[in-house]
Amino acid sequence: MNPVLSTVRSNSTDETVIEIDGVKKQYRLGTIGGGTLKGDLQSWWARVRGKEDPNSKVDAKMYTKNEKFMALNGVSFTVKKGETIGLIGGNGAGKSTLLKLLSRVTAPTEGEIRIKGRISSMLEVGTGFHPELTGRENIYLNGAILGMKRREVDERIEDIIEFSECRKFIDTPVKRYSSGMFVKLAFSVAAHLNSDIMLMDEVLAVGDMAFQKKCIDKMVSVARDEGKTIIYVSHNMQTIRQLCSRSIVLRKGEVIFDGDVERGIDIYLRNDEVTAKLFNDYTDCHRFNFLTDKVLMDSLEVLDKDRCYYTDGEKVKFRLKMHCNEDVSELSLRFMIHNADQVVIATGACYNFTGCKKGESFEHTFELDITPLASGVYKVLPALFELNELGEVIDCDGVYPGLVFEHAKTTPLNWKSKLYGDVTLTDIVCLD
Amino acid sequence: MKNNSEWTTVIKPKAGWFDINLKELWHYRDLIFMFLKRNFNSAYKQTVLGPLWFLISPLLSSATYTIVFGHIARISTDGVPQFLFYMCSNAAWGYFSACLSSTASTFTSNAYLFGKVYFPRLVSPVTTVIYGLLSFVIQMLLFTVCSVVLAARGQYIHPNIYMLYLPLMIAQMALLGLGVGIIISSVTTKYRDLTILIGFGLQLWMYATPVVYPISQVASIAPWFQRLIWLNPVAPIMNNFRYAILGCGSFNYTYWGISWIVTALFLFFGVLIFSRVEKTFMDTV
Repeated sequence: MNPVLSTVRSNSTDETVIEIDGVKKQYRLGTIGGGTLKGDLQSWWARVRGKEDPNSKVDAKMYTKNEKFMALNGVSFTVKKGETIGLIGGNGAGKSTLLKLLSRVTAPTEGEIRIKGRISSMLEVGTGFHPELTGRENIYLNGAILGMKRREVDERIEDIIEFSECRKFIDTPVKRYSSGMFVKLAFSVAAHLNSDIMLMDEVLAVGDMAFQKKCIDKMVSVARDEGKTIIYVSHNMQTIRQLCSRSIVLRKGEVIFDGDVERGIDIYLRNDEVTAKLFNDYTDCHRFNFLTDKVLMDSLEVLDKDRCYYTDGEKVKFRLKMHCNEDVSELSLRFMIHNADQVVIATGACYNFTGCKKGESFEHTFELDITPLASGVYKVLPALFELNELGEVIDCDGVYPGLVFEHAKTTPLNWKSKLYGDVTLTDIVCLD
Repeated sequence: MKNNSEWTTVIKPKAGWFDINLKELWHYRDLIFMFLKRNFNSAYKQTVLGPLWFLISPLLSSATYTIVFGHIARISTDGVPQFLFYMCSNAAWGYFSACLSSTASTFTSNAYLFGKVYFPRLVSPVTTVIYGLLSFVIQMLLFTVCSVVLAARGQYIHPNIYMLYLPLMIAQMALLGLGVGIIISSVTTKYRDLTILIGFGLQLWMYATPVVYPISQVASIAPWFQRLIWLNPVAPIMNNFRYAILGCGSFNYTYWGISWIVTALFLFFGVLIFSRVEKTFMDTV
């Protein structure tokens, strides 16, 4: 996986608050121990005498007792103060395990985590609420569980009640609450925590839309205005987009991507399974049958680069090898550029660059200026075509994706393609 | 690499053997207080008699003991009014067994909470010890009232100067309960057998302790048997506790000393195992 420049938001500082260093977490597969003392003693006694374990299952081939499962397999990254990080990954990728390690619910098998400042987790909303206690009592209880002093809760209780929208019921036992109220109250407590680093696991998945929005706004302001660091786990990409300034994608216990949120989400959604290659061989590619096949492309090779990664001002230079099946007088090339959502967003062309005779093999070198493209990963459909007398396009050949590249463009605006689009126009000029 | 002292928390694989952070426990004192309040509030919510149950249950059980052991079985109480003898024993044993059993189930009964959020795991055993102390104190107050009432009717007890030892005895009961309970709790994260054993075991232990009988009664069976009973670490505490309050039997230093050594050992190993288990128990519970 290519490393990518991470977008640094203005509010994050250089101070590192979390350092995760080669962390591994191992679980044993199958049932742990015999479950009963007797079973374990039996197994132990059998081992001592060198006999077969009477408790080993006959068909226990799938999980032998010592088979290990690495929930996290060497995860390392650092987090700076004020960053909001979205942890993305499929089920079993190790997100929750990582949060558990960070919140000290369990210890890593290997590696070390160093934390600066107070850390608190909102792993599941309402953990530690007691149904018999009133809303107000539960605020104190939950605050204490999350590590707040009584005095600290006193200072915040008005804000918490106000935010929760439960003032009317605050002195009613929470067992009488609707689930929505329960969640609102629980979130309010957690959102007003006096900690430097907050861990959140799917907490916003509950509550009505209006409240969810309120929660996200609150978290954004907590991160931006109070300089808190947030690590957020969710399967809801929309909330990750809204909240996070950086994403870390986990797969099978390893970090496969660390950086820009949109890219992270794309990778998680497996939108760029086709990796960026320098040499793209087209000989065995599937072609559409409406193509004339008069001229076919053999390969596309990226020049002057060691990977398909372009920064400001760099141009895509490539060599295209072709062979001719039928005479063509004027051949043109166009580059149709698609974004990660497979939507075509721009096209560049080179008109009438050559003609060819049947049986000929030839190559040309081209250069494409991609300055207008915003940061992101793009897939190109290169196509060879002719223009007939009426100006109509007749396609000879086309391959998709014929080239995958990444463009990193710095803009004063923290460019989010989902918000602003994939093309950056030249700056507006102020005329006065 | 920056200097390690800059970091507030360093999470490492399995910590050392003796890694109990008492300073951190102190930091979480508000949580202990909140847990106490929760336990108290939730125990008697939606009950008609409410906290009165704190008084009713010891009265009822003492009355039962008086009838069963005093009147039916006719076990001697060394001349002490039977009702007060049983009430006093009951309060002490009740405190010890509450400390032990609730500490023993710490991990399993709080798994839902421990699995979600971090706080020093010792918070919950400490909470139960304090909560037990609360009901113990209430029972002893009730005992005082009852002894005044009975004294007015000519039935006397003889509290004496040894009462100065009471805080030491109460502390020892808590520490012993904590020590044994912690060991059991650490093992129950893996083996649930002990959870079942505990209720049963405590009952047996109670009969091996001079709770419903004075230790002088055991001597009549065989001297070796009495020595055996004395070696039960709770027996000397119970005996000396009753001597200080009721003035019956005799105060014994030798076996009390042994009992303290046993308590210290249990506590030492308990904390040792606890500090090993608390970091990763969530993986096995």
